[in-house]
Amino acid sequence: MSQKPLPTPEQARYQQLIKEMEPPARYTANALWAFFSGGLVCVIGQFFIDLYAAILHLPPVEASNPAVATMIMLGAILTAFGVFDRLARYAGAGLAVPVTGFANSMVSAALEYKQEGFIQGIGSKIFILSGSVITYGVVTAFFVGLIHALLKR
Amino acid sequence: MATPPIVIATGTTVGPFEGQSPLAKDFDLIAGDLTLGQASFELAERELMNSACLKAMQKAKRTEKDIDLFIAGDLLNQIITSGFNASLLGLPFFGVYGACSTSMAGLGLGAMLIDGGFIGTALTATSSHYSAAERQYRYPTEYGNQRRPYGQWTVTGAGAALLTTQGKGPRVTHVTVGKMTDFGVKDPLNMGAAMAPAAADTMLRHFADTKRMPEDYDLIVTGDLGEFGAEILRRWIKETGGLELGIRYKDCGAMIYDRVKYPQVASGGSGCGCSAVVVFGHLFREMERGRYRRILVIATGAMHSPTSVMQKQTIPCIAHAVAFEFP
Repeated sequence: MSQKPLPTPEQARYQQLIKEMEPPARYTANALWAFFSGGLVCVIGQFFIDLYAAILHLPPVEASNPAVATMIMLGAILTAFGVFDRLARYAGAGLAVPVTGFANSMVSAALEYKQEGFIQGIGSKIFILSGSVITYGVVTAFFVGLIHALLKR
Repeated sequence: MATPPIVIATGTTVGPFEGQSPLAKDFDLIAGDLTLGQASFELAERELMNSACLKAMQKAKRTEKDIDLFIAGDLLNQIITSGFNASLLGLPFFGVYGACSTSMAGLGLGAMLIDGGFIGTALTATSSHYSAAERQYRYPTEYGNQRRPYGQWTVTGAGAALLTTQGKGPRVTHVTVGKMTDFGVKDPLNMGAAMAPAAADTMLRHFADTKRMPEDYDLIVTGDLGEFGAEILRRWIKETGGLELGIRYKDCGAMIYDRVKYPQVASGGSGCGCSAVVVFGHLFREMERGRYRRILVIATGAMHSPTSVMQKQTIPCIAHAVAFEFP
């Protein structure tokens, strides 16, 4: 395979110039937005847990299942109406990290590839963004399960 | 050019968001929605280019019979938009790919073929569509993510230009073909920085070849470096070539959007359509109005593919310069 070429002095100087001039990403502002919007998403989630616990007479742990489903549905509906990406422009990780982000990644992919048909489009491309979450989720779960089983013996 | 070919007519079509542009009054057609009534964004882009070509022909009162060659390129895989348009027009066709530099690559080639006496009339066109490009290069359009401050917004638009030997319009006096430059930038969201050295290289070679100086032009304009890339170019060309570009230098990407009103465009516009609609639509009309007599357009292109980026390769870039003069 080819050796990685070293940057020439000219390239190095240029890289340095870009670094100097690059406008800084607004990390602090973005982090604050993410913190509060993420908190808000969690408060809404908690509201549904309490709601389902109260009206379905479920213990809180079990009430979280329908609550998660509701949040996924909300994320999917907001994506379908083209609102999610506008909110995410500000909220960033606050919307992406909770389960709403997962719903968005799948629904946006499904919408995008509808033109290519149900089999080669939606069917295979729906996991184009979220596929790695599932792959590494399963892999991690396997190892955690293995360690758990070994320690228990 | 021995006998400079003339751009006798142009056609530009843009999307609804570009219809909000400060330059909107200089575009021929503004689409009401992003799909242009088509079933997919790819078909919408085909329609964009088709309408721009027809508009240019209509303005010049020419039909397909009067045109010897169609030269076009776009951003979609296998330059499919251009292929379909060539089929619709039924003309002899050369497909060109120069990423966002395609507008000047196609026009420059057409001008050279005319000046060489091989053809009499050429139609050149290029296009890009925000949603079609986003899905090919980045993420699904409804996917929520944040843009970097140096990111750029793909222009939905198409531009076509009709070149021939006789008539009224801007004359193509010089073409400087770009060389690939690679300064090791790997971030496809930072295209301004990747492309600036290509523009600088072509500009310096153009000035050396023609023995002209920046002062000889009323306007020097780059294709789609964006505000950030344009700033880098100013610094870089001063450092490597000792040239001070001053206020006569602008960038199409920075001009096309109102960046204060629409902060989501970040550093500005990009895509094949960006330089095409700004130059063919706005700048040529400014020349007709007498604002500029001689301009230099340097269309810049980042020649990466989604695959090369995923394999962590650098972004090679190119820039083609064309000088126009209004008699």
